[in-house]
Amino acid sequence: MDDATIDQLLIIGGVLGGLLLVAPGLIWLERRMLALWQDRYGPNRAGPFGLLVVLADTLKLFFKEDWTPPFADRFVFTIAPGIVVITVLMSFIVVPFAPGVIVSDLNIGLLFFLANSSLGAYSIILGGWASNNKYSLLGSMRGAAQMISYEVFMGLAMMGVVLLAGSFSMHTIVEAQKDMWFVIPQFLGFVIFFIAGIAETHRLPFDIPEAESELIAGFHSEYSGMKFGIFFVGEYLGIILISSVTVALYFGGWLGPDFMPPLVWFILKTFAFICFFILLRASLPRPRYDQLMEYGWKILLPLTLLNLMVTAGIVLLNKGI
Amino acid sequence: METDLSPAEQVKLQFGDDIIAEPVTKDRIVSVWLPLVKLKVVLFYCKQELPKPYPLLYDLTAIDERSRKKNQPAEQPGSGYSSSGFTLVYHLFSFDRNEFIRFKVALLGEYPTAPSICNLWANANWYEREVYDMFGIQFEGHPHLKRILMPPTWSGHPLRKEHPARATEMGPFRLWEEKQDKEQSALQFNPEEWGLARSSEDSDFMFLNIGPQHPGTHGVLRIVLQLDGEDIVDAVPDIGFHHRGAEKMAERQSWHTYIPYTDRVDYLGGVNNNLAYLLAVENLAGITVPQRAQVIRVMMCEFFRIASHLVWFGTFSQDVGQLSPVFYMFTDRERIFDVVEAVCGGRMHPNWFRIGGVAQDLPKGWETLVKKFLDYFPARLKEYDAMVLRNSLFKARTVGIGIFTKEEAIEWGATGAQLRACGLAWDFRKKRPYSGYENFDFEIPTAENGDCYDRALVRVEEMRQSLRIIDQCLKNMPEGLFKADHPLTTPPIKKHTLQDIETLITHFLGVSWGPVIPPGESMSCIEATKGANSYYAVSDGNTSPYRMRIRTPSFAHMQMLPYISKGYTVADMLSILGAMDYVLADIDR
Repeated sequence: MDDATIDQLLIIGGVLGGLLLVAPGLIWLERRMLALWQDRYGPNRAGPFGLLVVLADTLKLFFKEDWTPPFADRFVFTIAPGIVVITVLMSFIVVPFAPGVIVSDLNIGLLFFLANSSLGAYSIILGGWASNNKYSLLGSMRGAAQMISYEVFMGLAMMGVVLLAGSFSMHTIVEAQKDMWFVIPQFLGFVIFFIAGIAETHRLPFDIPEAESELIAGFHSEYSGMKFGIFFVGEYLGIILISSVTVALYFGGWLGPDFMPPLVWFILKTFAFICFFILLRASLPRPRYDQLMEYGWKILLPLTLLNLMVTAGIVLLNKGI
Repeated sequence: METDLSPAEQVKLQFGDDIIAEPVTKDRIVSVWLPLVKLKVVLFYCKQELPKPYPLLYDLTAIDERSRKKNQPAEQPGSGYSSSGFTLVYHLFSFDRNEFIRFKVALLGEYPTAPSICNLWANANWYEREVYDMFGIQFEGHPHLKRILMPPTWSGHPLRKEHPARATEMGPFRLWEEKQDKEQSALQFNPEEWGLARSSEDSDFMFLNIGPQHPGTHGVLRIVLQLDGEDIVDAVPDIGFHHRGAEKMAERQSWHTYIPYTDRVDYLGGVNNNLAYLLAVENLAGITVPQRAQVIRVMMCEFFRIASHLVWFGTFSQDVGQLSPVFYMFTDRERIFDVVEAVCGGRMHPNWFRIGGVAQDLPKGWETLVKKFLDYFPARLKEYDAMVLRNSLFKARTVGIGIFTKEEAIEWGATGAQLRACGLAWDFRKKRPYSGYENFDFEIPTAENGDCYDRALVRVEEMRQSLRIIDQCLKNMPEGLFKADHPLTTPPIKKHTLQDIETLITHFLGVSWGPVIPPGESMSCIEATKGANSYYAVSDGNTSPYRMRIRTPSFAHMQMLPYISKGYTVADMLSILGAMDYVLADIDR
């Protein structure tokens, strides 16, 4: 085995290991942050700062009865939670953490990311459908509609960046931000991308497929034990993914002053967005399902198209000169 | 038409001499006995044709008269009426007159029948079902006369006097397998039974069972939704899971020991329940509550009003998906409980008012505690306005949802903030003051549109008004007794017992039996946290009530749910439920 292959394996191992370690850690982070904003303590008993609550939670999930309802479609019910984790992890292949620290710098990187996040919708649809439960069904219907619609705006919003960088490769896109982060010329694109990202990860305020007070737990009402845990991990992985893609596309990825290594810059920026996700959850109510769809098709779609056309026009003009 | 005649005289003039008004009633509510055959026409007349009509069916209940000691007003010479079987009691209310009127109908026989008035008032439906459930009285023409509070498998009608009041009288409970199967199949929802279709021309409906265990229903409430996609075609609320027989329990407790049970009816309303009950009892006993006790009562009631509204506010915002406010509001509620604890010793169930006053005088330093809260809370309310009421997503979820008009509200017996949100400035504290509310300066907040958002606005403004009232209590707390000097106050005052044999005997009886409340009937009516709350106390001169009817606001409001949620979506129904501010114990009692 040559060095390059070993490097490659190390990167794969590092990314995978890192993500699977961080995702459960987010459970602790989220609970502590929410508690901080809600005048509570949050988990503070197990281990220093309650950090071991992650371990306790994981152990609890492992030892809970892993129950498959007798009326469920056994096979689909079992594979559904896996799909979301696999697709999100696949998406991480194209995320550039630092120069050279990328699993594979595909020249269709962004398209690959979009394709995988579309596949993630299957997890919700299949999970809800296979549960054979009315709440799950309603949840998965909402989820499917929401994810497929917001996919459109997400893709269109990203095209502005693609136009500016002239490439689908995430690495090239980050490099292209050496002089100016794309958040400045593409502010509208950033906002829409981020909103679509929240809808993709179905987090509050867009947790409509779950909608606790209406649908109990929506598409995963029937899940328990580690199958539920995997949905959970998938959700947190999704948050990391959307945060890190936002950073790569709009906030200069690993770029930053030299006193810190590029990887640290990337992680810090991503972390800030993760916290923003949590803050959103702490502060906003949930719109209704039809309001969310209306908002998407009536407001976001024209805006993204406008953004795309104006950007394209400016790029063309610059080229012409 | 002669308008200077009293409504009873007008009815008599119209419908003949066999309609008889009771000469005196303890609560000064005109009480009229009707023959059964004239019931519907007279009620229709009072609702529609009488000048200044009675448009609100405030309450409908029955009394099992079979073992009542025969010294009732109805037995008074010359009245010509004596009910020895069952009595149906209808309370109507007129906003124009600001007056209740009570109609009574004597029914004969073990399981009598009466005509249904469902086509006169929409809200008669549940009330008649309850009377059927509790007394076994049939209503002819009722569209769906089924049990409402008791399980469908129950045998017997609990408020009949022969029905046991304690579990110990019923033999041990066993749930053998067939019984379990029977109970479970009784809970199966059968749409045809409710007249609901399973499909329309172009789609099959889905029946979604919400509750009794569901995070959005705030308690053991079950609602079956008939859904077309996510749109609600119809809804069937199923109540009674929280029924504990509060009315039946009154018949075995002494007048004094019933007070803690009232705490648990609207369990967020705390002493408001005590007050509603005691007003009725004190009226029967003829006790005048001293000034200081009245002001203390008002102050604690307003504290509980704020506490209750805070719970509603927090859970409402959580129902529409806002996670954080509920934590802030519960923290504030804790501050109210600091005061409540210092004053009453208890928290949610203070059990602190007594017949004739309150349990104890205010503790030393209460002013500081109250002042502290008054200084603290207004700023928080302002913050909540920005956080919740002005939040555009919150508005999107509540504005224009669950609308009903003033007329619809009255038709369905809605009171409290639900009624005020439709634009009718009706607050019983202001319009029919009790416990000295007439001495306080406060406004009645109203709103225009009658949607969920307006109900929220009204309640939030009410909290501000409550603060004003508490402030006035703080500044003008009179000196004096905290309990009336009357032989029937409980626990009785001991001062003269060692000097005077009469006082000693009364004291001895009062302590060992509990007070003997003179016979009569009396209905109180207060503006509780959720709407109009009433206790209709019937005494036959015994140590415990003969019949205690509790009219709760939540019962009437929940009955409206199908009517106001049709055509909205599942998510909207959660807004409607959240804005309704009900407590399951207040519905089921």
